[in-house]
Amino acid sequence: MMADQARPKRIALVASKGTLDMAYPPLILATTAVSLGWEAGIYFTFYGLDIINRHRFQRLKVASLANPSGPIQLPNLLGAIPGATKAATTMMRKWMRRAAMPSIPEFIDMAQGLGVRFFACSTTMGVMGVGESDLIDGCDIAGAAAFLDFAADSDVQLFV
Amino acid sequence: MTDPDTTQVDKTLDCSGLLCPLPVYKAALALAAMGPGEVLELVCTDPGSLEDVPAMARQRGDRLISAERRGATQVFLVEKGAA
Repeated sequence: MMADQARPKRIALVASKGTLDMAYPPLILATTAVSLGWEAGIYFTFYGLDIINRHRFQRLKVASLANPSGPIQLPNLLGAIPGATKAATTMMRKWMRRAAMPSIPEFIDMAQGLGVRFFACSTTMGVMGVGESDLIDGCDIAGAAAFLDFAADSDVQLFV
Repeated sequence: MTDPDTTQVDKTLDCSGLLCPLPVYKAALALAAMGPGEVLELVCTDPGSLEDVPAMARQRGDRLISAERRGATQVFLVEKGAA
């Protein structure tokens, strides 16, 4: 099948979760998409906004509680003890490093370097008290209509 | 049909030990610096590359000349397309 030559393909992603593990899939997919010559945009909303929060994006964590697939297998009762989240996060970071996978800040650089558009959900910013100066550089503040305008011309849409 | 054994390779990229999306990401960067018709030899160890690299060539408009398995390693020849 011939690709549509009129415009490049496009993927529109929603990143709604702010844990270290769930920050990877939207960044991996968007980075891959632009590597394929597609356009890509990620809408960071609710907890997903942490991924582009300059005070938080380098310190995303893996939940030790209510996460039966996490890097450390703990009953919920023990997952709540102090240090369990840190241990799960440290373990995930170690896995990633051992597998030569880039960190989240590195993935953000890779994605933005290839032109992935980052949309910051304006409602989330208002609800959570996040200002424009709290965001990493290169984000567009946008509401749902602006993102849907971008997504309406996309070929793939995914909610993460 | 191009014979992979006699194809002139213009650039080789070793992605051994790297997982998705790094081989495709690095291959795209390498291809961006190459001219149309030039050939990239891509060496991968991620088993996903067997599907990923042909998909990348298809999506980018490049031509996959060959895909060869050598034990745990895969070697691809990709000819950069016109785009």
